[in-house]
Amino acid sequence: MPLDREDRLVLNALQQGLTITEEPYRELAGRVGLTEGDVLQRIHGLKERGLIRRIGATFDSQKLGFVSTLCALAVPSDRISEVAAVVNGYPGVTHNYLREHEYNMWFTLTAASEPELSRILQEIVKKTGINKMLNLPGIRTFKVNVKFNLSEV
Amino acid sequence: MEGIDKRALSCLDGEFPVCSRPFQVLAAEAGLTELQLLTTMEVLTDRGAVRRFGAALRHRTLGFTANAMVVWQVPDNRIEEIGSMLAQFPEITHCYHRRPAPDWPYNLYTMIHATSRAECQRIIDRAAQAAGQDQYLVLFSTEELKKTSLKYFNFI
Repeated sequence: MPLDREDRLVLNALQQGLTITEEPYRELAGRVGLTEGDVLQRIHGLKERGLIRRIGATFDSQKLGFVSTLCALAVPSDRISEVAAVVNGYPGVTHNYLREHEYNMWFTLTAASEPELSRILQEIVKKTGINKMLNLPGIRTFKVNVKFNLSEV
Repeated sequence: MEGIDKRALSCLDGEFPVCSRPFQVLAAEAGLTELQLLTTMEVLTDRGAVRRFGAALRHRTLGFTANAMVVWQVPDNRIEEIGSMLAQFPEITHCYHRRPAPDWPYNLYTMIHATSRAECQRIIDRAAQAAGQDQYLVLFSTEELKKTSLKYFNFI
């Protein structure tokens, strides 16, 4: 089912963000010229159709005192699912993608401290036996802004 | 994290309810008041700790099926300039300066989302030209193995 104009309005507004207020969906409805009931119904529908991954707050883990890094592992092609199970088993691993390169498994890891981060990385090496690992901690963030302009699709 | 109600934080990092009074619903589940949650969100926002409060879309379902991480090797004294410039591209969703590793000289990392690989490549060509850089590697993603948001509740 294609997205209609109202769906796009709601998705674009949801990407712009919710307001911190008792009735955030009523506020959003006002922005796009729909009723609150209509907005709630459309959001439920968009979630059911799998277009919305998640609604909620995403925090900057560094501002909350956590440390994070981007890592890559060179995993033999016949060991992908087994190694992915080990890596993904850590709650601090939030993203994990296969990419076309010798270093083919790219994941982000967040931990409560530097020693904890190092310990987990060492544990992954030990559990998988894969020691070709890149650890690429961030020095500076220039941009994090995942918004898709839905007039294009 | 001083002054942050940890119980409030741990109920805000999950799924935000889709209903008329979502803060009230979350608060009731956690034994807090609606006002406590609203206040915590405001404090976190004021501190710049809220990256986004809204929807994350499933971009593949929406047609943005091509995703490339482009890693650049740029001179250290031009990182600031080139990083800021690449961040201006709307198709570039993430741009980081990262510490390189032994035998891995790349220090600038960008994520590009587009509706096809060819479109991704066109954006990369434009970015490379604008940056005046030709030392880069394109790593297309072939599979998403995990994508979640962090549950702070696991840590606190």
